[in-house]
Amino acid sequence: MARRLPLHVAMAVVGLLWLVPTVGLLVTALRPRELFATSGWWQAITKPSQITLDNFERILESDAIVRSLVNTALITVPASLGVVAIAALAAYAFAWIEFPFRDVIFLGVVAMLVVPLQMALVPVAELYGTLGIFGSIIGVVLFHIAFGLPFAIFLLRNFFAGIPKDLLEAARLDGASEMRIFLRVMLPLGLPAIASLAIFQFLWVWNDLLVALVFARTANAPITVAIQSQLRQFGGNIDIISAASFVSMIIPLIVFFAFQRYLAEGLLAGSVK
Amino acid sequence: MAVAAPLDPTAAAPRRRGGRERFLVAAVFLTPALILLGALVVWPIVATVVASFRDGTGDEFVGLDNYRAMFDEPRILKAIRNNLIWVAVVPAVVTAIGLVFAVLSERLTYQRAFRTAVFMPMAISLVAGGVIWRVVYEQAPERGLLNAGIDVVAEVFDPPGEYAGALPSQGVTPLEGGFVAEQPVEPGGIVSLGLIGIPPQQVPESAEPGRMPTPAADEVAGVVHRDFTPGGAGERGVLDPTELGLPGMKVDLRDEQGTTVKSAITADDGSFHLRQVEPGTYRVAMASSNFDAPFAGIAWLGPSLILPAVMAAYVWIWAGFAMMVLAAGLSAIPREVLEAARVDGASEWQTFRRVTVPLLAPEMAVVFVTLVIYVLKVFDIVLVVAPPEVQTEANVIALEMWRTAFGARNEGLGSAVAVLLFVLVLPVMVLNLRRFRAERG
Repeated sequence: MARRLPLHVAMAVVGLLWLVPTVGLLVTALRPRELFATSGWWQAITKPSQITLDNFERILESDAIVRSLVNTALITVPASLGVVAIAALAAYAFAWIEFPFRDVIFLGVVAMLVVPLQMALVPVAELYGTLGIFGSIIGVVLFHIAFGLPFAIFLLRNFFAGIPKDLLEAARLDGASEMRIFLRVMLPLGLPAIASLAIFQFLWVWNDLLVALVFARTANAPITVAIQSQLRQFGGNIDIISAASFVSMIIPLIVFFAFQRYLAEGLLAGSVK
Repeated sequence: MAVAAPLDPTAAAPRRRGGRERFLVAAVFLTPALILLGALVVWPIVATVVASFRDGTGDEFVGLDNYRAMFDEPRILKAIRNNLIWVAVVPAVVTAIGLVFAVLSERLTYQRAFRTAVFMPMAISLVAGGVIWRVVYEQAPERGLLNAGIDVVAEVFDPPGEYAGALPSQGVTPLEGGFVAEQPVEPGGIVSLGLIGIPPQQVPESAEPGRMPTPAADEVAGVVHRDFTPGGAGERGVLDPTELGLPGMKVDLRDEQGTTVKSAITADDGSFHLRQVEPGTYRVAMASSNFDAPFAGIAWLGPSLILPAVMAAYVWIWAGFAMMVLAAGLSAIPREVLEAARVDGASEWQTFRRVTVPLLAPEMAVVFVTLVIYVLKVFDIVLVVAPPEVQTEANVIALEMWRTAFGARNEGLGSAVAVLLFVLVLPVMVLNLRRFRAERG
């Protein structure tokens, strides 16, 4: 143990260093804007009187920021549920129903795993224009679902395929319909994989910038876009930027701390298998 | 699809539902996914490839013009070059750090806390992560944490001069970063060195009113003083009664060749004595070390460092991912294998190098390849960390694609840049397909 003391100390320092930048953002958001121009956030440690909630009050009174937070939720929730529902159905078919060209189609899904979404931005923008949904929230949601599907189907199919065959055969012999088997057998047994997929997709969509930047008009823009639009005057807008950034992190951090185990397992399922 | 209980459970109920009905069920289950994938992924890929051979508005076929333009445009070439640097550096660094963290944290008593701290940045957006690092990288050491840390170290090894920013008064001229008296002096002589441009708060608290000392026959003596009397009553180049001496100033005596032969430090009243001086003609100078500017901060967000600065922020975000995947792989290695190596007398390093690393190779490959894909598509973090004026220096392919297609509204060129990105991930796609087929046998 004594021999390991330097290691313990060094790792504790590294762990703290990893947290310091995030703490710095929080404290920056808790100090008045004028102070950012003249002194570092760590001054607040010795001068706690600098701490104020003014910046947070200001952004929560700002219609634009509140609107963008609501938009983030309006985009993220349906996009996460949509991916899970649509991918689970497809994954069940790929795992347990025999149909022509099944393997070829699934190979296509595997190929789509790494397609950069840049390959779709221009044509989909035009398609949305034709359909009259360019700039709308539904357009952003559909795009997120489509590009979330390959990974989601891949993950869930692998998980479903690992469920013992006897369970399914028994249900089929009992005459249960495929939909019934899917709802009563597959979904409950697949819950761990579905949960980690949902968490992933939630974080992914909540944190997205590019898709919203292209497809959402200002009134429908999420918080990431709202922050990005303030960046040109970084020092001048630091009160809004830092407070909004921190607020945008709260929900992902809660999700992270509540479901950390699922998240780590999902990473493995998605990448190692 | 009515649910009718079959009369004979062992009979052909499943088979009856095979064939056509099975196909219909599969179709229903697959339709939503296939429609979305077809309309928003597959068709757009084809359309983008087609658009890359057409002009900016998509009206005319222009052959390979967009691709030629892409490789002629220095801004896009810079983006491609930067992206290749990203691929060469970041996945390897992230994998290495993740491996070190996974192995070293394995036997920590506070393992959970450590891994949570390192994994946490994965949960937040690249926008927020970028803002976080923008604050860290602020140039002024009073504001940016990184430069503040460097400043603390720099003060120890290369302390700034106490009188940085001072200006010469009458009778004194600049020389090699310091100042020198214009009048030569011989042993037994005195020198008055006046400085201006020193604000009151920069004058050391120990400073007393200046006093001109009396030299011995083999001495050169003098005073360094703040040549400023409030109210403007003082005379330039002369030590007036209320003017303060400047303590702690390093004063050099230079011979006619300019070589320093004697040195002294001024007292609280600014006086100094240069003793045991050989006969001759000299000049008295204040060395440049008195006036060294304090550490001004490294320009992390300036044009020359912006690329590594953005990459470092990205490493901070992704190291936790690598660590978690490799830690899981590590816990799957049977204890006995590692114990056997240690029993055979292998050192910790040898066990790590010869046993742990080879056994973790598959996980390391997964982390590396995952990072290559994400790094090729890197976008948000560059847009957020790099200030607008240096964004061309930090440019990457995905950022250029967005700017060209949606900023400059050149759909043809933007599509060509997207196709380039697609071509770059193709090897990974082939790898995925091969591996998947091999697994299925």
